[in-house]
Amino acid sequence: MKTISIKVNGQTHQLDVDPKTPLLFVLSDELGLRGPKFGCGLAQCGSCTVIYRGRALRSCVFPVEAVGEGEITTLEGLGTPEKPHSLQQAFIEEGAAQCGFCLSGVILTAKAALDEKPQASEAEIREALGGVLCRCFAHTRMLRAILKYAGQRKS
Amino acid sequence: MTLSRRKFLEMSGVLVVAFGSGSSLTSLAVGQGAFDTHASHIDPDKLDSWIAIGSDGKITAYTGKCDFGQGMYTAQVQLIAEELCASLEQVDLIQCDTAITPDQGTTSGSQSTPTNFNMESLALAAATARETLITMASKHVGEPVDAFTMNEGIITSRSGRKIKFAELIGGRRFDVAVSPAAKRRSPKEWRILGKPIPSLDRSALMTGRFPFVQNVRVGGMLHGRVVRPPEINAVLSDVDQGSVRQSPGYVKTVINKNFVGVVAEKQWQAIEAARLLKVTWKSGLELPSGDRFYEWLRSQSSETEVVLDSNDIDRHLSGSVQNLNATYVYPYQMHASLGTSCAVADVKKDRATIWSATQSVYPTRSCLSKILSLPLESVRVIYTRGSGCYGLNGADAVSFDAALMSQAVGRPVRVQLSRQDEMAWENYGAACVIDQQAAIKNGDITAWSCEAWQASRGGRPGYDHPGNVITGMLLGYVANEVKPNPIPKRVKEFRNGDNSVPSYFAGFVNGKCEGAGSLASERVVVHRVRSPFFTGPLRSPIRLQNTFAHESFMDEIATSLKVDPVALRLRYLRDPHMIEVLKLATERAAWKTRSSARRDAMNGEAAAYGRGVACVAYEGDNGFAALVAEVRVFRTEGRVVPMRFTIAIDSGPVSNPDGLRNQTEGGILQGLSRALCERVTWDGRKITSTDWESYQSLYLDMETPEINVVIVNRADGPATGAGETAITLVAAAVGNAIYDATGIRLREVPFTPDRIKAAVKKSTAENQLV
Repeated sequence: MKTISIKVNGQTHQLDVDPKTPLLFVLSDELGLRGPKFGCGLAQCGSCTVIYRGRALRSCVFPVEAVGEGEITTLEGLGTPEKPHSLQQAFIEEGAAQCGFCLSGVILTAKAALDEKPQASEAEIREALGGVLCRCFAHTRMLRAILKYAGQRKS
Repeated sequence: MTLSRRKFLEMSGVLVVAFGSGSSLTSLAVGQGAFDTHASHIDPDKLDSWIAIGSDGKITAYTGKCDFGQGMYTAQVQLIAEELCASLEQVDLIQCDTAITPDQGTTSGSQSTPTNFNMESLALAAATARETLITMASKHVGEPVDAFTMNEGIITSRSGRKIKFAELIGGRRFDVAVSPAAKRRSPKEWRILGKPIPSLDRSALMTGRFPFVQNVRVGGMLHGRVVRPPEINAVLSDVDQGSVRQSPGYVKTVINKNFVGVVAEKQWQAIEAARLLKVTWKSGLELPSGDRFYEWLRSQSSETEVVLDSNDIDRHLSGSVQNLNATYVYPYQMHASLGTSCAVADVKKDRATIWSATQSVYPTRSCLSKILSLPLESVRVIYTRGSGCYGLNGADAVSFDAALMSQAVGRPVRVQLSRQDEMAWENYGAACVIDQQAAIKNGDITAWSCEAWQASRGGRPGYDHPGNVITGMLLGYVANEVKPNPIPKRVKEFRNGDNSVPSYFAGFVNGKCEGAGSLASERVVVHRVRSPFFTGPLRSPIRLQNTFAHESFMDEIATSLKVDPVALRLRYLRDPHMIEVLKLATERAAWKTRSSARRDAMNGEAAAYGRGVACVAYEGDNGFAALVAEVRVFRTEGRVVPMRFTIAIDSGPVSNPDGLRNQTEGGILQGLSRALCERVTWDGRKITSTDWESYQSLYLDMETPEINVVIVNRADGPATGAGETAITLVAAAVGNAIYDATGIRLREVPFTPDRIKAAVKKSTAENQLV
């Protein structure tokens, strides 16, 4: 056990944890966050995605001790039901989900990719989502929502 | 302990309905209830079992059919709001909780819409509630019942008197029976039902607020981790508990027959302790070879059923001018939920509460009562949504895991499976071999015979068979096994629940033709063979496999007869729903009639275009659909690129068109993933497809086709299922499109690049020989 300080969704937390604990379990068990989810523990599916230092990060294989000063944003940190982020709003409008378990992976990976390259083409957006899975296969609606948001950003 | 419904309602923080002694759980006799269930303490014949109105005028409805992310929550709220002329905001819906909802068995098999949206159960209860309220209003103000209108929870009389629901009934029970004569509001009057209401869970889902079962946290909760056998037939030999005693946060090792689990304070600690625990297993029988599995399957003794036999097949097949034969094979596939299965159990000495994503709260309660040796009435199972399940995933097994470990430590325990444990031990969709044989004479099909072999073991645990899933088996419960019969069983009535009968058959049994087609010389024989692995319902169970074989073979016949595949289908279809959807889909897709494959590839183009068709009467009468798939095939890479999918679907009056479209789009792409890449693999001892590299699923970067969904929306028919029709058609339509593009007939799913390349090579060699 070790006291570790991490900044998540704008708040700093001091936590006594095993420093090797994957970040995901700290977020879901210690901080009670619902956004990032356990899907595989192998960084193969994206359900545990958070944004870290501006990039999409698979929190299931990232030890909490490696977080350091970098701030973490989870799906709930992006927006609220009352005031969703415009990418979340696009997903709401398009009904771009079924069970919704994959949404951290889909929304945050797309967000990070578009932050990095706002002019990204449809092909580049798809490529960025290459490691993200949705087993309900709401793919067409999700892509539509992302393109809608990308278009709004550009204009 | 007597747990009353009132008590539970208070505990749940929902409105309290006064219930009499009828709610006592102590004198429960196991008997037959409605919906093939056991009788429960909540009488489905009583209105109060379904609908309650609080003193604030809020309507609470109780349903035994739950939402797995497919929109059933929203659709049921629409139904209640519609029948009670209320707003969506006025309605609360409680799904599947053994303390307070009626037992509607399992939420599965495309049965939620047929069961709850026609003239029974929830819909009938809501209609009864509306009529009862009007009758009460009539007595209240002394005007005739036809003098009232209802809107937003307010009843208005002709003379202008306004009465709120709450004034009439608020906080009290109706005390009436659900009336079989209650009149549903007609689809023509619908204001809420039938409309594309955005699903009610959207904002919470998109902003990470939705509480999944994975998010359930109970005070004092520990974390458990299972240690499954390393091989399919291995048995436990020894556990060295000393190997983990010093592990941080370690609480206990739980051993029960072949079940092993570790409990620790934190999730990561449980995972680490399970990894460190020294367990010795003894290997069992070797598994049949994966390479020769289909030959193995058809050579086993089997439980055989003659589904249909016109007794003239052999005569036709021997006397015909031309016989066509083909064998189709379909692999084991997984539910492979994106989130691994999870449950939280709080087992005390005398009672237990389990938060579970099970499709079957009441049956799961029965199994848990057995496993925990607690009386049925002391076990409460609360459905809490998990990751999409698509059938029997690990939800039931992990509920057993959590309950066992919680009982062993006397504290609440949360268990979430590892990816490997989820994939290695779930109940797979069955592998199948299907032989087809047709007799052709003078350009007509004169007879058609199908013979199928299906791998089967275990399945849904139901009320009495915990051994049908892995945890129950490890505890020593026996799985449902195939019982080979020397004399085939003959069915007494026509039923096509698993779509083993092609849509083109007349279905003549017991003096009646109940099939969707007109072909009178017909035979269908099904062999169930003991599977080396657990099997269970996976979205369109057996129906997808059978439909792949039937609809591919129909195309092979069309090719042989040099007839357009749509024209040939129409020649043998009789059911008007089928004819309508087939015509609609092909019209919308601008189907170009031709009698043989286009075979672009033969013209030397790199990407060959092709289109294929398939149609199905799901379970015979539970939804109708036809699909036209347009694809491009890159021959040198063996790659199939979907271009455009056009589907026409008839599921009766539609509850929520947006929900139906979402289901249909998802079904098509899931079907594509299953057609193009998904299959379970194994070696001599164990499953080897245990992660997302070894079990492939189409990722979000897949080239998605344009999907056009044409909804029939038949207002006058019964409401049918719609969650499984689209997926049923994809493998066949895509296989037929690949044939159209290349002249290559693929009879084995999945259509992987390797298989396509091999088939191209073979076909090229054959063409060169010619």
